[in-house]
Amino acid sequence: MAEAEQYNFAYLDEQTKRMIRRTVLKALAIPGYQVPFASREMPMPYGWGTGGVQVTAAVLTPSDTLKVIDQGADDTTNAVSIRKFFEKTAQVATTTRTPAASVIQTRHRIPETPLAEGQILVYQVPIPEPLRFLEPRETETRKMHAHEEYGLMHVKLYEDIARHGAIVTAYAYPVRVEGRYVMDPSPIPKFDNPRMNMAAIQLFGAGREQRIYAVPPHTGVVSLDFEDYPFEATKAAAVCALCGSAESYLDEVIVDDTGGRMFVCSDTDFCAGRRGAMDAEAVA
Amino acid sequence: MQMQALTGGFTDTPREAAIAFRAMLEAMARPGRIFDIAGATPPMPLSIAAGTALLVLADGTTPVHLAGAHDAPGVRDWITFHTGAPLAARGEAALAVGDWAGLLPLDAYRIGVPEYPDRSATLIVEMAALTSSGARLTGPGIETEHRLSLPEIAAFRTNRALFPLGIDFFFTADARIAALPRTTHVEEG
Repeated sequence: MAEAEQYNFAYLDEQTKRMIRRTVLKALAIPGYQVPFASREMPMPYGWGTGGVQVTAAVLTPSDTLKVIDQGADDTTNAVSIRKFFEKTAQVATTTRTPAASVIQTRHRIPETPLAEGQILVYQVPIPEPLRFLEPRETETRKMHAHEEYGLMHVKLYEDIARHGAIVTAYAYPVRVEGRYVMDPSPIPKFDNPRMNMAAIQLFGAGREQRIYAVPPHTGVVSLDFEDYPFEATKAAAVCALCGSAESYLDEVIVDDTGGRMFVCSDTDFCAGRRGAMDAEAVA
Repeated sequence: MQMQALTGGFTDTPREAAIAFRAMLEAMARPGRIFDIAGATPPMPLSIAAGTALLVLADGTTPVHLAGAHDAPGVRDWITFHTGAPLAARGEAALAVGDWAGLLPLDAYRIGVPEYPDRSATLIVEMAALTSSGARLTGPGIETEHRLSLPEIAAFRTNRALFPLGIDFFFTADARIAALPRTTHVEEG
């Protein structure tokens, strides 16, 4: 028996997939609301994307093409391991090219290339509850969501302004979905927040915290702010040292032992695509 | 139990269920859009789409309510054999299937509670046909507007007013499926 045949399609058993699928449908029906689910142990530790992996396993079909990114990169340990996991257990095609992917599992970034209808973006989420660091009790945060009691979140943003003169929250910046639920967009940079208004389906899986939530396509996602301190999608004031893009989100990387550093695109596929296009132009 | 109850399930469950679920996922994410779904060959009057949806979603943890003409011995046996789902009254059901007249009244189904709005029923409404005409739909999942041949308007407006509580709907005809979550605004076409 070949190794691949020893696994059920996409690893999880059918009962588990049915449970996750029911959860995903309710999540889509109540955008931004965190639906509890019976998260399973996966063959990787919590914190390595077990929530995202379970959602991906439940939505994957045999004809899908899967892309996995970690902080925008296709070639980091987490992304490579998860891609290999599904190559082995679901025998799906994989890609690093954003437009070629039908399912994209992501840790902490939205790809630079706009996503289209027919694509599904699965986020790995560490702490799904946006109010958790303000109110540690689940019983209380659940009531706050039920009563739409989000004043505390605005107090937190206000304290940012009082202390620092600006809202310094730079990632996991809270959003309000369709004017109802306040949602943690996972630790994506706030640069990505406005890009959550998209044509693709967005699903969020938190394995350790046992929550799944979703944002359907063309759904209003608004970053919380104040009239006099409007939301700003910030990024490093630089251009990519490799492809020269001034629009993409940049990582600062240290390149030698003497303090040398440069800014490069966090989205490796976007950067490589631009450099490929430049090389092609140079040849032509 | 008739022999018919033992046949008509998926032949390759993991793959067929995954493909069928994708149609249901897309349908729920894009209310009013009609998708193809197949895999099951259930006994009459259950349509291919409704039978397949039940195989994708139902198991021993999801009480199923059979409404109207769907509460037939053949259907009961088929669902019991293939999913193991207990059959239940409206108020206990996680899933309900039947034609529109049989499923009414809607206020008998679970709509969730404020802390857990997800604890609500999903109704699978069997239709004679599904067309992209009639009621005008707007809301999450819809870029401008979608149209769907809904059985009526008022019930869905009442359900929308319950948000974030409420019931979520699938509509099925032959091997086609569409959905209407509680978030969708419904108006006369």
